[in-house]
Amino acid sequence: MTTGDRSAASAFDVNKVRGDFPILNQMVNGNPLVYLDNGATSQKPQSVIDAIVVYYTTTNSNVHRGVHTLSQQATDGYEGARAKIREFINASDDKEIIFTRNTTEGINLVAHSYGRQNIGAGDDIIVSNMEHHSNIVPWQMLCEETGANLLVVPIDDTGELMMEEYKKMLSPRTKLVSITHVSNALGTILPAKEIVKLAHAQGAPVLLDGAQAVPHMPVDMQELDCDFYVFSGHKLFGPTGIGILYGKAEYLETMPPFLGGGEMIKSVTFEKTIYADLPYKFEGGTPDIAGAVGLGAAIDYVNNLGFDQITAHEDELLRYGTDALSAISGVKIIGTAPHKAGILSFVMEKAHPHDIGTILDEQGIAVRTGHHCAQPVMQRFQIPATARASMAFYNTKEDIDALVKGIDRVLEVFS
Amino acid sequence: MSQQPDVQLDGLYGDLVMDHYRNPRNRTPLNDADVEAEEFNPFCGDRATLQLSLDEKGNVRDVSAVAEGCSIIQAATSMLSGLLQGKSLDEAGELGEKFRVAMKNGAEADETDLGDLLALQVVRRYPVRIKCALLPLTALEEGIKAYRSKAH
Repeated sequence: MTTGDRSAASAFDVNKVRGDFPILNQMVNGNPLVYLDNGATSQKPQSVIDAIVVYYTTTNSNVHRGVHTLSQQATDGYEGARAKIREFINASDDKEIIFTRNTTEGINLVAHSYGRQNIGAGDDIIVSNMEHHSNIVPWQMLCEETGANLLVVPIDDTGELMMEEYKKMLSPRTKLVSITHVSNALGTILPAKEIVKLAHAQGAPVLLDGAQAVPHMPVDMQELDCDFYVFSGHKLFGPTGIGILYGKAEYLETMPPFLGGGEMIKSVTFEKTIYADLPYKFEGGTPDIAGAVGLGAAIDYVNNLGFDQITAHEDELLRYGTDALSAISGVKIIGTAPHKAGILSFVMEKAHPHDIGTILDEQGIAVRTGHHCAQPVMQRFQIPATARASMAFYNTKEDIDALVKGIDRVLEVFS
Repeated sequence: MSQQPDVQLDGLYGDLVMDHYRNPRNRTPLNDADVEAEEFNPFCGDRATLQLSLDEKGNVRDVSAVAEGCSIIQAATSMLSGLLQGKSLDEAGELGEKFRVAMKNGAEADETDLGDLLALQVVRRYPVRIKCALLPLTALEEGIKAYRSKAH
């Protein structure tokens, strides 16, 4: 550890941060909760909970409808959240920010709308071997419908994308590249900028699945230059039920709507309906207004901490955790790429991940066990499942120590 | 074992469960299976495969049971396999139903026909793991159903 690391970490008061997350302060099965399942969903700071309570207590009304005061306030809150998200990911315009339910819905929106309009028989869609099922199945469905081909970029033994193979797959037939920014099962941070540049050289747009990236690092749409970017609010310390699809306006403008209904129209007659302008064209029906407001509050919270502090703290935790788990005989870390976000997936020689999960739970330690909705990753490493400890900025070295102690207990039972 | 044994966990990972997990019975695949089924748990990818061959009376002659996954599914599969020999498919089905009910509502102490499966009662304290214990049973039920629809 360098001196710089230490000073960055010490400036960050993790105990103070933990105080902002009421759920962390509880006992589970007689032990203090050690929450290491942030890859599945993150916890919410009090400010997010309060924003939702205040919204329902004082403001609740429908957006973009009434002329009355509450409706105007609800609209301001909802559109204010959109502006915060635009700034957070450095998009050019608020109209490029579409509210969805979650990452899955964002990908499905692009598959249905952009995909059906632009991808046909004999065209190629490229994904990687480390996608979440939500970035595989919508494309398989589209391929089945259109006769397009799904090509899969392989990964190496450390969990890195094989860029040479990717380059070979790209061709004038490539109509879309849809790839994760950070692997949920392995933690690998992909070279997104390079992936985008190579696809663009072939004229293919790129969708990045940012669900596991946005909680850990700054993302900048201008720098990445991707054409679509999707993520979920609930992994970013916001509420469940709200997600974001970013799309470059030039694509979103020409894409057909996804869900028809109220909110997404300019005028309706039985002869002809004129669709609304962006972003409302893609927001049919009453949206999750409270969810958007909560996500806005989550982004305020993250901005207030700052990614300099967040990544410094998480990188240190990841190093500490990697060293600690590597030192345990009978434990193997799956996913050892040099650039990783705070995810430690592991298997044990003598215990199945389910059994690991149950024994850790008895000690109040929450990890995810299973295939993490990424079965092709498991097949790649020829394992049925892993146990996954995934970190957030409120985790501590003590959490890692508890995990190590918990694993010792697994070793005792399954010796 | 640890100095201060954890009562609950020692219950879940008790001697009988661990014995079936470490030394699973009846794992040799059958070439002449009449009843055959494979079940997956889609949440974890665990798998149980069950094969039965029947004699001329329609009773179970041989059993093969193979599971991949956690200790609970492996133990449950092994335990179930030991109870099926000599039973008619009706009896096997009834035994399975009794096991399913016992995992839901708890077993009576005198349900000795559940054999080693009674040791899995402890899993009821871990609701998310009950489906692990029931996976081989689902394979048995699906196998019998498929056999009967094929036979008729």
